[in-house]
This record gives sequence, structure tokens and C-alpha cells, in this order.
Amino acid sequence: MSTVYNKEAGSLRYDLQVIASWIEPGARVLDLGCGSGDLLAYLKTHKQAHTTGIEYSEERVAHCIQRGLTVLQGDFCREIRDYPDNCFDVVILSHTLQQTRNPKELLTDMLRIGRRVIVSFPNYAHWRVRLQVLFTGLAPVTDQLPYEWYDTPNIRIICFKEFKRFLQHFGMRAVREVAINTHHHETRGNQVRFLKNLRATFGILMLETAEDIHLYK
Amino acid sequence: MSSPTTQPTKLLVKRQFYTFAEPPQTMQLDSGAQLGPITLAYETLGELNQERSNAVLILHAFSGDSHVAGYFTKEDTRPGWWDSMVGPGKAIDTNIYFVICINILGSCAGSTGPASINPATGDFWALTFPMVTIGDMVRAQKHLIDHLGITKLLSLVGGSVGGMQVLQWCVDYPHMVRSAIPLATTSRHSAQAIAFNEVARQAIMADPAWNMGDYYNGPGPTHGLAVARMIGHVTYLSDEAMREKFGRRLHTGSLSFNFSGDFQVESYLHHQGKKFVDRFDANSLLYITKAADYFDLEREGGNLLINPALAAVSFLVISFSSDWLYPTYQSKNIVSALKKNGSDVSFCEIEAQWGHDAFLLPNARLHGLISGFLARMRHEHSIQ
Repeated sequence: MSTVYNKEAGSLRYDLQVIASWIEPGARVLDLGCGSGDLLAYLKTHKQAHTTGIEYSEERVAHCIQRGLTVLQGDFCREIRDYPDNCFDVVILSHTLQQTRNPKELLTDMLRIGRRVIVSFPNYAHWRVRLQVLFTGLAPVTDQLPYEWYDTPNIRIICFKEFKRFLQHFGMRAVREVAINTHHHETRGNQVRFLKNLRATFGILMLETAEDIHLYK
Repeated sequence: MSSPTTQPTKLLVKRQFYTFAEPPQTMQLDSGAQLGPITLAYETLGELNQERSNAVLILHAFSGDSHVAGYFTKEDTRPGWWDSMVGPGKAIDTNIYFVICINILGSCAGSTGPASINPATGDFWALTFPMVTIGDMVRAQKHLIDHLGITKLLSLVGGSVGGMQVLQWCVDYPHMVRSAIPLATTSRHSAQAIAFNEVARQAIMADPAWNMGDYYNGPGPTHGLAVARMIGHVTYLSDEAMREKFGRRLHTGSLSFNFSGDFQVESYLHHQGKKFVDRFDANSLLYITKAADYFDLEREGGNLLINPALAAVSFLVISFSSDWLYPTYQSKNIVSALKKNGSDVSFCEIEAQWGHDAFLLPNARLHGLISGFLARMRHEHSIQ
């Protein structure tokens, strides 16, 4: 249940609370698509983290810098390329993987510059989505995925189960994971412990490079 | 009779001078030449705190001077060149920071340059003045900062040629810098920027009154200098800014069918050129544009911004979307190099239509970025 996490994080979105609880004090953190910088501000204040964000929107970048955060304006897929190897402890990609053109390359880059990666994404295999497709014969529209096919920014269909298969295939592994069946914008959430692929609306995973990665290259 | 409306009290400032490298000493220049004595004109605003930790050095652009903000007298109607940014309660708040602005070496607003008298000959330096670089300007500024007893600058702020000095300071004296704000600038002057500077220089040198730089007893190359400034102003604007500001509007009622200048954009450039002649020295323009052209932190395949000593310096890099003199990609190159140090670096491209000029115009976003960044520096370094 939501109460296991730091109470001071209570005003953060639930998925960000989970992510924050996984960050070690003093960690070097990079948040891709950091928005208004709520997670970074929390990590800076409560975890004494050394934080950097990357954000596309000028307005949000300016907001972040004005509130005292370190943020770079730009497309994070490009911006992460010129960081040296292992210069962050954690690289975060929250609810954006489904919007990226080349997720494999992105995750590989993230694991190059960061020791660990935290990624969250909506689960397309949730039972509501399945039933909608089955009974309406139309592309699904849910609370988590509130877009029509023609205006959705979500160009990748990711399922919990399939993502884990992807990790194994490309030499990455999940060291922590939670499956959640409430909306990620809420400040309280509920974790799912079994039948995750069917019951979770979204997942959060902490990844690292599998030691035997050379086998997959 | 006094005016019934109460005027806000004017912030009064005083131009000061510091002379060093006096005989028998000299300052070594990048060209190998020795120069001395050197006088720098400078102004300060606000109070230096007891720890001497609240100093912000503002570096001016190519035609700027030490008069960054405030007024010289109560009657003075024209404030300093960055009065919208610097002053009590402003983004660079002089109630909090001790602000220093120094006229650059080679300029003509009180610091030693080609229009100064060479004490060894009693005559104007003119073209006998040695070529100076951005590195030389910064080396001279360091003498003054040492003289003021400041060992670490809280921040360096500057746009354009001022931004080049910000970067040069970081490269040459990283241990004296806590943070840096390079605005609308580059780490290496581009071919396009060199090209415009060369046309400006040729405009001066083609004026017969330039007389190989020896003109101080006459009117000087006023026409050439005005044309040089007109070229400069073209590069400071943008297609969009010109369309918005002038369009094809006529200066006079109808087409004149002669070459007197029909369009508003022409009369704007003529006005800017004429105004400049009254305040700037043609030889100074030659020297300073050359210094900008020589500026290149990526000489010999390396990049001087990639330096572990810069890991402890925080950066706020800012570009403007319509600036085609120092386009955004050049600021991004700076950011890219700094990332490799693990430096704390923020970057924002401000959407603005006014071209390169944008960094000098009042802009709430720019003010917010700078005040927020400086507040963080103050907080992180526990500065009272």
C-alpha cells in the first residue's frame, strides 16, 4: 500500500513516490523529461541528491531553473549521448518510454551513462484494455491511455510481460519492480503482487546491465 | 519648480580607475608583446560582504563599457547599458551582490587601448598598440580582481564578446570561479562572424580619413566607422525582427527616386551608425573585432572547456532562438563540452524574435533564469 513510502513525499505523484523511495541519499540522478521538476526538487531536498533534468519545453525548463534546479533544455534522446560512461548513479525515465522512437537504443544509452535505470510505463495488457478491444473492436481508450489512435503520443505498445522478455533479450535485468493498478497521476496507489500483466495499469522497474551482456551483443 | 510626481531615487555610480604593470613591470600578451602601464576603468555596485564571497563580475560586449547600471549624476537621463538587469531588487540584485563591471583592454571608455596615450612616446598608441586577445582582456581583469582582494567570484555573467570572456575566465582561472552565465555566445568564433567583422574593419580602413590609424588629431574615419556599425546592427537583428520593426515602411512620405534612403530600416541603420561615431573609436573596433575573431577554445583538436578543474563550477548557458550571429548550436557545443567534466550545467534556449540583440533587452524569462540561478548559488555556497 501507499503508506510504506516516505510521508513527506505524499504530495508527489504516486509513481514518483515509488521512484524516490528507491534513490540512495547523495546519489547522482538524471531525470529524462523532468517536467516541472517535482521529483528532482524532492530528491534534492530529502535525499541530498545531485540532480540534473532534461526537458524539451522552454517554459518548464525556465520554471525548473528559476526554482533552483539544474536542467538542460533539449531532446533527451540526443542530450544523453555526450555524457561520459557511468556519470550518474540513476537515470530515470518516467512514463515516456512508450513515446520514444527507439526504446532499445535509449535504454542502452541510459545504462551506459548510469549505473542503474528506473523506467515506468503504462501496461497495455491490463484487463480493461483487453476487454475493450475484444468487445468494441476499437483501439482502446482508458484512464491511463486517454488518447484516440490519431492523437496519441504513445507510439509503442508495451506490456509488463513483454518488457521483461525484452530485457532478457538485450542483456538487461530488473533488480526491482512494482506493478500498480491505480492511476499514476494520483498521490496514493495500490500495488499488485500477482497476475501483474493482467491487473497492473502501469509498472516501475529498476534496471541494470546483466553481467553476461557480451553474450547478446 | 519641482515635479509633483515622485521620481524613484536614482542609483548613483562612479567610474573608477586602476593602473598596473607600471614601469619597470609590464603584462605579457598572448602575441608575445609586453604592454604597460595598463589602466582599467571599472564601476562597482552594492557592497562586498565580509567574506568577500558575493562578487558578481559582469563582462560587457564588444562596444560596451563599465557603466553597466545606474546613473553618474542625479541629472543624468541615460542609465547604464544593463540597467533592466542590474540594480536594487533586480535580477542581479545589488542589495545582495557586489557587482563589478570593467571596460575591456583595447576599448575606448577609460581603459587602455589604441586611443590612449603611450607614455613612452607621449603620442597616441594608434596602430602601435599591440594586438590583444580575449585571454589578454581576462588577464588584465584578473589583476583588478586581485587588487580588490577577491579570491573567488560568485558568478561571471556576460553576453556575446562578454560571454567569450566568461568562458575564458573559466578556462584560465577555474579556481576563482564558482559559477558562470555565458549568454548568446560561442566557444569559437564562426567563419560567418569573422566574415562580418572583416567587412566592418574594411569599411573603416577604406575610409581615407582612417590614415593608417593615425587620425587622432583630425575628424577620423567617421563614415567608415558608421558603416561598420551599420553592418554590426544587421547581424544583431533578425529577419523577423526587421520585418516587425520596419517592414517596407518608408522613412519619408513617398519614394524619393534618389539615394537619400527611403526606408525606415535605412534610417535606423544611419541613426545607429551616426550615434556610434560619437562614442566609439574606430581603431578600438579593429582591435576588439580581431580579438573576437581569434577567440577559439577548440584550437589544436582539443577543447579547453573539457577540464576536470571545471567540475566544481556551475554553469547556466543561455541562447536566443532568433540569434543567427551566435546560434543556439554554438551554445549547445559549450554545454556538450561541459557535460564531459561532470560540471553542473543548465541550458535554456529563450524563444525571442529580436535576434542577437535579445540578450540586452528587458526579458522576464531571462531575468527569472538569472535570478533563480544566482539564488541557488548563494544558497549552495551559504552566502549571506
